[in-house]
Amino acid sequence: MTTMIEASDLGIAFSGTQVVKGVSFDVEPGESFGIVGESGSGKSTVLRALAGLNRDWSGQICFDGNKVGLRRDRTFYTKVQMVFQDPFGSLHPAQTIDRILSEFLLVNGIGDIDGRVNRALAEVALPSSVRFRFPHQLSGGQRQRVAIARALIAEPEVLLLDEPTSALDVSVQAEVLNLLADLRQRLGLTYVMVSHNLAVIAHLCARMGAMQHGIMVEQLTTEALRNDKAVHAHTRELVDLSLSLETVEAAAL
Amino acid sequence: MLADFRRWALNDDAGSRRQAAWGRRYRIWLALKGNPLAMLGLAIILACVVLAALAPVLAPYDPTVQELTDRLAKPSAAHLLGTDELGRDILSRLLYGGRVTLGMVIAVVVLVAPLGLAVGTVAGFFGGWVDTCLMRVTDVFLAFPRLILALAFVAALSPGVESTILAIALTAWPPYARIARAETLTIRHADFIEAAAMTGASPWRIVARHVAPLCVPSLIVRVTLDMSSIIITAASLGFLGMGAQPPSPEWGAMIATAKRFILDQYWVALAPCVAILMISLAFNFLGDGLRDVLDPKQS
Repeated sequence: MTTMIEASDLGIAFSGTQVVKGVSFDVEPGESFGIVGESGSGKSTVLRALAGLNRDWSGQICFDGNKVGLRRDRTFYTKVQMVFQDPFGSLHPAQTIDRILSEFLLVNGIGDIDGRVNRALAEVALPSSVRFRFPHQLSGGQRQRVAIARALIAEPEVLLLDEPTSALDVSVQAEVLNLLADLRQRLGLTYVMVSHNLAVIAHLCARMGAMQHGIMVEQLTTEALRNDKAVHAHTRELVDLSLSLETVEAAAL
Repeated sequence: MLADFRRWALNDDAGSRRQAAWGRRYRIWLALKGNPLAMLGLAIILACVVLAALAPVLAPYDPTVQELTDRLAKPSAAHLLGTDELGRDILSRLLYGGRVTLGMVIAVVVLVAPLGLAVGTVAGFFGGWVDTCLMRVTDVFLAFPRLILALAFVAALSPGVESTILAIALTAWPPYARIARAETLTIRHADFIEAAAMTGASPWRIVARHVAPLCVPSLIVRVTLDMSSIIITAASLGFLGMGAQPPSPEWGAMIATAKRFILDQYWVALAPCVAILMISLAFNFLGDGLRDVLDPKQS
């Protein structure tokens, strides 16, 4: 079995400033890999480079053993899809859910639009009554489900998740995370998820990499993290921070 | 019937694309209906359009028939708005003139709005040298005084309605391109545009189907507000003798011929002046109302 995603020596610069330096990681098919780090550590930039939305990268990215270039073709997007951070910004404000979901099918000339749209809505547990609503008529959690449905309608192998829950209410976060975990298991998807929240990563990913100042300082399994085996100072910091936040939250409850 | 439509359109659980689209339109209409000035503007515009369309039925006289024995007659029962210097009925000329003037305005808008939208969205979306080239061309057109450029253009061709339309269109599109470009720049890097790119859609499709629709509301507002200045430019060209040619009853040309006896026989110039004033005001009212309803930044 070939490695699903292989990123080696990934460097990304914006107008001369190196934001990501020499990041390398592999993701196996069906695996779920998390990238954790503070804001500005370059984690989202890595994800956008993987998605082909950022064209200022150097190094090498392979999907399923095939090297990809700066521009991606249509077949690439039938394999790789992305869920964005902000569900209020990632859905076209003047298009109905139906239109948003069917765009991929229209572009790629895939038939049975009605059936596929309804199935995608069912997949993310949305009632079919939302199909002809506009995004502003939906709640944040429902919008993020629509965004996930939009990614799923391409029947991808890889789903790139850019902080998919950080813009949502705490109670809705768990719902969306469980949905993502369930979908991965059911559809055999490969995930790369970016988050600043270690608990979210630990919930969904078996393996993770910690980033600081554009460098991936450590890669370890969630199990090793739970057993307090993190080596790098920054990872330990993130762990301590998330533990102290949990105590604060517990105290608040 | 109406109540049925209302319930159908306002249903949150729309069952089809058509229903969702009508629901959206109906909500905009409801919001517009709540603005009395905008409704007044809309009523005046509709009235003018209907009057102009029905001119052959409504006009008491042929607008080009001269009756030299009855020239410069005061408003009376026979000639409600009086007659001009060749004894032609002013009311009839006003009604027929509405066709010419409104027709010119509509033709200009049909030419200008899509052109500005296309230039602006393409420049804004593609950026780089495409943007530089398109915007410098726009700047050149913006730098010319509008009326002078239109005059030069009409003079280079032959004076007439078609040249007037082309001349005004030529000078009117740059602001639309600028607005469309500014709108495009604000949404170019939005996540929903990136998401559209991730369907594998071509940049042209993204511009046409995802970017342009979001620029349309502000263009509609701008077009409505510009209508009055288009009418005035058309009238000015007519006034200067470069617009519609006699005996065609264009409003600006009517004022131009009446200027010789504006002090003694004021009613000859008054009627077209009031007509231009009314329709310009109406378009401004409607434009203001539409801005409140359509501006995407407020919803």
